Parts: sequence; C-alpha cells; structure tokens
Amino acid sequence: MEEQPVNFVVFSGTEDKLQALAVMTAGAAALGKQVNIFLQYWGLEAFSKERIDADLGLAPEAGAAGKARVEAAAKAGQAAWAETLRQAKELGEVDIQACSLSMDVLGLEESDLDPLVDGVEGVTAFYLNAGDGQIVFI
Amino acid sequence: MADVQVDARGLNCPMPIVKTAQAVKAMASGQTVEVLATDAGSVKDFAAWSKTTGNEIVEQTADGGVYRFVMKKK
Repeated sequence: MEEQPVNFVVFSGTEDKLQALAVMTAGAAALGKQVNIFLQYWGLEAFSKERIDADLGLAPEAGAAGKARVEAAAKAGQAAWAETLRQAKELGEVDIQACSLSMDVLGLEESDLDPLVDGVEGVTAFYLNAGDGQIVFI
Repeated sequence: MADVQVDARGLNCPMPIVKTAQAVKAMASGQTVEVLATDAGSVKDFAAWSKTTGNEIVEQTADGGVYRFVMKKK
C-alpha cells in the first residue's frame, strides 16, 4: 500500500497546541512522511504576520503552574513553534493551507499571512490531498 | 571518525532527529554521521527513525546522560 500522508486540521491558536503541532510535523517530516496542515479559525489567525511571533497564550487547562513550566522550557532554549515548523518544511514535504472560509470570517487576505503558509484552499481540496491518511484535529 | 557531526546536546524532541535528518539529506549514500544528544527520548527515536528510513545505526553508546549514535546513510 502506498504510504498515506499525515493530516492536521489546526483550529486552536495557543502556544502549547501549536508547539504540539510543530513537534508532530517535524517528526513526521524527519521520517519522510508527507504532512498536510489545514488552518482554521484561531489556528489560522496564529499564522498571520501580526500574530506569528506574538505570545499567543496557553490552553485554559495549563493554569499558572503549567504556564510557568512552558515559560521555563522556552527560557531553556526550546525552539518556538514557528521555527520548528520552518525547519520541518526545509526537511520534508510539509504543505500548509489556509481554510478559505476562515479567511473570510477573520477578514484576512493572503498577503496578511506568514510565508509558512503555502496557499488558500477549501475543505474539498484538503480531503482530496488527505487521501486515506488519518486526520488529526488540534 | 564519522564523515559528519551533529551536536544536538541540550535540544529537546524532535530537534535531535530533525537536525540529523537535515544532515543526512546532504550526505552521500554510505557516509556516516555521529550524533550527540541528551534528550531522553533519543534512544527510542533514533531506533524508530533508523527502522523507517533504512539508515543503519552502526554504533551506539551512552555516557553520563549523553547518547551517541553513529549512523550510515542508506
């Protein structure tokens, strides 16, 4: 059987979830797997030029203690999520697409997005590229 | 002495594998890379990476929390 891609739908736009996305993507790229990423809502907003290097906060379950641990990891030199994704893209086949509906909802133009984003597509194109690979929603 | 060195000490998962994969991409078949890592997941990660990519681990040692791997490009 032909190897299927790994597919992520990224809805959330907090630092911890984006870090998880970046780690999963970089690992897959290092193994030679094709990765397709589809950005919706706050996940898409995080990839805007305005937000990509901003502090995007953490998921509510982190709490104060979780926040302190994440900050300590960043201080100890853990790469930022966007940097990890850049390296993953250099290494392997990683395609990052913005959901066209979310672009409309958020009032974003393609020129507002960081160059990490390869283009804008609809959900049908996403499913086509996803093939029979698993789809993970973050 | 390996052909290429990767010092991934102090880097968290998945950076040791990412740095190694980047180095191996630029290498010729049969060349070797020596990796130093401190990430505790390295032993299982490098075994999985080797199994999936076919790049063989030819030497593996651990010394005081530093894991050393020598791998040969397929």
